[in-house]
Amino acid sequence: MVAVIVSIVLLISEHRSSKIDGFRSTLSFFVDPLKYLVDLPTVLVEKTGNFISSYKALKMENEKLREVYLINQTKMLKFSALENENIRLRALLENSFKLGEQVLVAELLSVNIVPYEHLVVVNKGTRFGVHPQQPVLDSNGVVGQVFRALPFSSEIMLITDPNHAIPVQVNRNGLLTIAVGSGQLNRLLLPFLPSNADIRPGDLLITSGLGGTFPHGYPVAVVDEFTSQPSKAFSNITATPKALLDRNRELMIVWSKSTPVPLISKPITNEVEANTRAPQ
Amino acid sequence: MRLNNYAGFFRIIISLILAMCLRIAPWPGALAAFNPDWVLLFLIYWSLAQPEHVGILHAWAFGILVDVLTGRLLGQYALAYSVIIYICLKLHKRLRQFPLIQQGLFIFFCLLLSQLLLFFVKNLQSPAQLHASFWLPVITGTLCWPIVHGALRFVRLSRRVS
Repeated sequence: MVAVIVSIVLLISEHRSSKIDGFRSTLSFFVDPLKYLVDLPTVLVEKTGNFISSYKALKMENEKLREVYLINQTKMLKFSALENENIRLRALLENSFKLGEQVLVAELLSVNIVPYEHLVVVNKGTRFGVHPQQPVLDSNGVVGQVFRALPFSSEIMLITDPNHAIPVQVNRNGLLTIAVGSGQLNRLLLPFLPSNADIRPGDLLITSGLGGTFPHGYPVAVVDEFTSQPSKAFSNITATPKALLDRNRELMIVWSKSTPVPLISKPITNEVEANTRAPQ
Repeated sequence: MRLNNYAGFFRIIISLILAMCLRIAPWPGALAAFNPDWVLLFLIYWSLAQPEHVGILHAWAFGILVDVLTGRLLGQYALAYSVIIYICLKLHKRLRQFPLIQQGLFIFFCLLLSQLLLFFVKNLQSPAQLHASFWLPVITGTLCWPIVHGALRFVRLSRRVS
C-alpha cells in the first residue's frame, strides 16, 4: 500500500516539476554501469575488428581519408572567407549574426531502453556539460536533441520519434514548416503544409533556427516523392532524414554560442568620438 | 543459517541485475518490440519461490531502478511491480501448487495488468500514440515463463538457496 502511494506521489511530483532530477541522477550511478555492461560485447567486437584489420585495408582507408580531408580543407578555406563576407553583409542590413558552435563527439551505447520510442543512449552526460535540449548531429544532418542528461550517459530523442517536432525550412525558397516524427526510422511527416505550397520532391529541408533549440542551417531531410491532392486542405508530404539514424555510432552534441556577435559597433563609436570632438 | 540467507539473497539480487541487463539488451531490428519484461518475470518467480526473501519493498526498489534505466517517469514501473508482487505474495501458496500451464495463465494476466498500469500512466502523461506492439511483451513474456521458471529453479535448487 505504502509503495503504491509513494510511487503515485513520485509520478505526480515528477510530472508537475523537475525537482527530483537529483534523485534520478543519484540512482543513475547504480544503473548506468549496466548500460556500459550491455554495450561491452559490441565494443569488444569492434575492438577485435580493428585489431585484426589488415595493413593494406588500413593503408587504403588512410589514403581515402587523407583525400577527403584535403577536399574539406580547401572547402573550409572558402568557407571562412564566405563567413566574413556574410558578417559584413549582415552588418549592412544591421542584423546580428550568430556564429561558432562547439561540438562534443559522443558514442552511442548499443542499448535499447524502450522499443516503441526512438530514444538512444550516448556515453557523455552532465559530467561533460551536456544538458537537456541540446541539438545532436551526425556528419550528414540533424539526429535529434538531448532528452535527459544523466551524470555518465544521456538519452537522445531522435527526430523520428512520434513525440518530436523540428522547425524546418525549405532550402530552395525559405518556406517555413514543422517536421514531425513518424515513428519510423526513415520517415518524417510534414503535416502543416497547405496543398498549394511550393514544395517539390527532392527539396532539402534545413533547420530554420526558430524555436531556439536547433541552430539555423543544418540539413534535416529530403522531401520524398508525393502526388498532390488538390481536394484536401493539407497535403500529405513525407521526407527522409539525412542523418544515418540507425547506423552511425558517433554523434556530435552541439553547443551554440548564445550571444550574437556585436556588429556595426565601430562606426557608432567613431561617430560618438566625432561628436565629442566637434565642440572642442 | 544466517550466512546461507545472505548468500541466497545475494543470488536473487544478481539474477535481478542480469534481468535488468536483458531488459535493455539491443535486439536486432523488429525483434526489439518482442523483448519481454525480464525484471518482472524474475521478480514474480522469486516472490513465488521465496516470499520470505522478496517483498514489495524490493519490487518497488527495482521498479525505481528500471524507471531510471529506461528513462521513464519515476515511479511507473515501481507502481506496476509493487502491485503485481503484492498479488503474487498473497497467492503464492496456491500458485505453487498449480501446473505450469495454469501458472502461465496467471503470469499472462500479471504481465497484462502491469502493462495496463504502464499504459494508464503514459496516457495521463501525454495522449499516447501507441502502436499495437506495445502489448507484444505480454505474450512473449508468457511464452518465456517456462524458461525463466526452469532456469531460476535450477539456480535455486543447485545452490540450495533456502
